Amino acid sequence: MSDTQAYTQDAEASFGDYVALLKPRVMSLVVFTAMVGVLVAPVPVHPFLAMTAILFIALGAGASGALNMWWDADIDVIMKRTAGRPIPAGKVHPREALGFGLALSGIAVVMLALATNLLAAGLLAFTIFFYAVVYSMWLKRSTPQNIVIGGAAGAFPPMIGWAAVTGGVSVESVLMFMLIFMWTPPHFWALALFMNSDYSKAGVPMLTVTHGKKVTRNHILVYTIALVPFAIGAGFTSIGGPLYLAVSAVLNAGFLWGAWRIWQRDEVQAEADKYAVEKQVFKFSLLYLFLHFGAFLAEAALKPYGLGGW
Amino acid sequence: MAFRAEHEMHKRRLGRNVGLGLVLVAFVALVFGLTVVKVMNLGEMQAFDHVVRPEMIPVEEGPSQ
Repeated sequence: MSDTQAYTQDAEASFGDYVALLKPRVMSLVVFTAMVGVLVAPVPVHPFLAMTAILFIALGAGASGALNMWWDADIDVIMKRTAGRPIPAGKVHPREALGFGLALSGIAVVMLALATNLLAAGLLAFTIFFYAVVYSMWLKRSTPQNIVIGGAAGAFPPMIGWAAVTGGVSVESVLMFMLIFMWTPPHFWALALFMNSDYSKAGVPMLTVTHGKKVTRNHILVYTIALVPFAIGAGFTSIGGPLYLAVSAVLNAGFLWGAWRIWQRDEVQAEADKYAVEKQVFKFSLLYLFLHFGAFLAEAALKPYGLGGW
Repeated sequence: MAFRAEHEMHKRRLGRNVGLGLVLVAFVALVFGLTVVKVMNLGEMQAFDHVVRPEMIPVEEGPSQ
């Protein structure tokens, strides 16, 4: 919760501080996955409309980031990683961030509706609501499963991109959603195993703290196994193809192998090599998601030459 | 009379104003572009009420009766 009395605004914000409120690093992932959602859709779209759709999906995601920073200002000031954010640093007033986030959310949703269709705009509005209210306000501080359900917010962009072009939701867009949704927990928990974060000091329940690292290792393996059918399954739809399936098979084998190795280790082994395996799997998980969406894109790019798809 | 030295805060304000100005110009350009694309995709209709006019679709000349 934000307590406006707790923050003194001693420095004036620069343009960059407002950009920082939008979480540009998260936005870059949103731009990439939304772009794939737009480009793999089986309907031709004017390039200008495609660009506009991606821009406003990213802006909506950024706006939800600003709302998240407004709400979490009290814990951001406690944690070292987030203490430099514009609100805890005293550069932007919490209420200003709230106004900024709300205004940009409205602009992004209305502009996406005008540029494309109401379904895409509705999905974007729901994503912003989900991240700001369901994840930030409700789940983040109440359950160690916070990132499992919160991961849905990050999974929506390709689905919104697809809806912006086709005007609908289909098995392809649901599988793209599920791919990110199921990937998020093992990705973040691998990070949580080796990051010495101060979440507990801030009162945020993280699985590694509330249930211990052994349980976290079990969770990583189970969620990775559950992820595989969605990743492979997408290969048999209209956005997949032989190339995607080959890439996906290799990546899933790698991710499963990594999750298995994490599961087999205990803390003594992990401390001994400074969490080498956990760090390796975390890095691999980034590559996993990037290459899956890259493979979707490659299938779509090869289609005009009669090579992509089935 | 000497001018006062410019405070760092003024530089920051200038940066913020220029940044916002550029964002607004880009937004205007975007809405304009969007309008052009949308209007060009409308097809056979007249601008005053944006209703499709089937009579505007060129009819192929049939054999004269």
